[in-house]
Amino acid sequence: MHLRLEARTEPSRLARWLSPLVATFAVLVIGFVLFAAMGKDPWFALYTFFIDPVDTRYDVGELLLKASPLMLCAVGLAAGYRANVWNIGAEGQLVLGAVAGGGVALAFHDSTSPLVLPLMLVAGVAGGMLWAAIPALLRTRFNANEILVSLMLVYVASLVLSLLVHGAWRDPEGFNFPQSKLFSDSALLPNLIPETRLNVGFLIALVVVGVAWLFMRRSLTGYQMRVAGLAPAAANYAGVSAARTVWLGMLIGGACAGLAGVGEVAGPIGQLMPVVSPGYGFAAIIVAFVGRLHPVGIVFASLLMSLLYLGGEAAQMKLALPSSVTGLFQGTLLLFLLAADVFIHYRLRVVRRPAPVAHGA
Amino acid sequence: MDTAVQLVLLTLAAGTPLVYAALGELVAEKTGVLNLGVEGMMLVGAVVAFIVAARTGAPWLGAIAGIAAGAALALVFAVVTLTLQANQVASGLALSLFGVGLSAFVGLDYVSVVIEPIKPLHVPVLADLPFVGALLFTWNPLVYLSLALFAAVQWFLFHTRAGLVVRAVGESPESAHAIGYPVVRIRYFAVVFGGACAGLGGAYLSLVYNPSWAEGITAGRGWIALALVVFATWKPSRVVAGAYLFGGVTLAQFQAQALGVEIPSQYLAMLPYLATIVVLALISRDVVSIRLNAPAALGRPFHPDA
Repeated sequence: MHLRLEARTEPSRLARWLSPLVATFAVLVIGFVLFAAMGKDPWFALYTFFIDPVDTRYDVGELLLKASPLMLCAVGLAAGYRANVWNIGAEGQLVLGAVAGGGVALAFHDSTSPLVLPLMLVAGVAGGMLWAAIPALLRTRFNANEILVSLMLVYVASLVLSLLVHGAWRDPEGFNFPQSKLFSDSALLPNLIPETRLNVGFLIALVVVGVAWLFMRRSLTGYQMRVAGLAPAAANYAGVSAARTVWLGMLIGGACAGLAGVGEVAGPIGQLMPVVSPGYGFAAIIVAFVGRLHPVGIVFASLLMSLLYLGGEAAQMKLALPSSVTGLFQGTLLLFLLAADVFIHYRLRVVRRPAPVAHGA
Repeated sequence: MDTAVQLVLLTLAAGTPLVYAALGELVAEKTGVLNLGVEGMMLVGAVVAFIVAARTGAPWLGAIAGIAAGAALALVFAVVTLTLQANQVASGLALSLFGVGLSAFVGLDYVSVVIEPIKPLHVPVLADLPFVGALLFTWNPLVYLSLALFAAVQWFLFHTRAGLVVRAVGESPESAHAIGYPVVRIRYFAVVFGGACAGLGGAYLSLVYNPSWAEGITAGRGWIALALVVFATWKPSRVVAGAYLFGGVTLAQFQAQALGVEIPSQYLAMLPYLATIVVLALISRDVVSIRLNAPAALGRPFHPDA
């Protein structure tokens, strides 16, 4: 008697939506074992990691605050992934968005005009798109792999930011710290809920998610992108330009990541610093997959991922556990998800007699 | 003359982690499996090697542990993609993200620890020859080993029957399966071999190149190794040449600082990444050459019962 994977005639929708739950549960189990192995009370540790960070109004505000850049980046990446455009450089596009938006904030530092903030958001989107345009151009003109180019540009983007905050944009009164001036009030996103740090960036993110859903589901271009992802040959035959698909997939991802970046510097950070993101752009890849590349799924997945970030911070403060446990959980979550996804296309069959020697073609 | 010798030695040293990682990935890709998890496997190899070296005081034991750690991580990837049929691109990304997280987590207590590195050889008599002595006989053992690995991979892939089978699996897994070769098992071996090499590349970084542990010590070398395999159009000799070329580019930043060039270090630090992008675009431009040389089944899942 042994187990055998057998192809399903049709993909299972149930398995498709169950697998994120299975993966989350697996992460909890791994966490339990890990915390126990480190000599902590595992129940208390899990409580500290997953419940404690969200038990007050302020905490829920933090959860939504961190979820905003994650859902923005993920929804943009998902549009590309659906079209088989593998942008993995959202982190770099986010940084460029922060640089472009932050540049506007510094240029109009003395202005109190209500136009500063919209201009920053536009600049952030443009910055992200510009950074995403490079892999799009190299892919469509030179056939260069967009995975590698977009990833390389993450390193370049963080060096560009470092160059600016160590040089031209450094605050002259900042005691030589590599930071820009604090943005003026007109360059900061207004607060959304009193007694929290949550700002209108969260609403913007939700609107973008809604627009993305309409675009992918209800527009012809979105439909063409999905076809290009599922059946490139068919899309090509139907006259869908492969180059256009790459450009769209990349630019949508870049625009969303850039918006996320400017939202960070115009929100919780309030200035430019050498590091403006704890890896949101990479975590968003996980969010996109856990959310099944679907806008609604992405909203929930971004909340889960945000909780992992907050849990890591809480674990560090209250349990003296390294906050890098967050990264470990993030990677584990995605690996288990991909493994559990096998049940979308296959089912497990118990074979009582040894499998026949002859292989079916 | 001495500076020229020094430059050659430094370039070899800087290129060696790329030689290991890229050769391993090349073998995996030759069987049609694209593993984007090289960065993660290198990081875990580096941290495990360092921890074992620090705990035991035996850097060689560390290197072996690094190999094992890289192989173990690759085995996870193999199970997910080859047995559970997951998408190779997504799984490779997952492996890299997992490796980044895992290495940061387990390495936390070792950030400022000092270890005994693996020391360069000093081949008796030969090393004392004028000029050639220093140039050829004072390398680190792991640098010699990387070239031995290159020779072995070249010989195996293109001069043995098993190598032919490996390449056939990457070109047409269906045909190889029909003739009776165990496609999935061969891919398992190749992927795990790739992981072992990436692990050793990482171990080289933390035990030899820069004997220390810091989060993200690989600084994107795993991704550059992936690009190198494309640059090299899946040919081992070009992988090695490319690795040294990029080693040289990495050196430029330290050399420029030593020469007192007044330029912010960030510009020089960008060089390896920008060079990767430029060379990737130049090589990939030749679509025909890429299509002829790339394993035809690269990235395509294979299920014997399907």
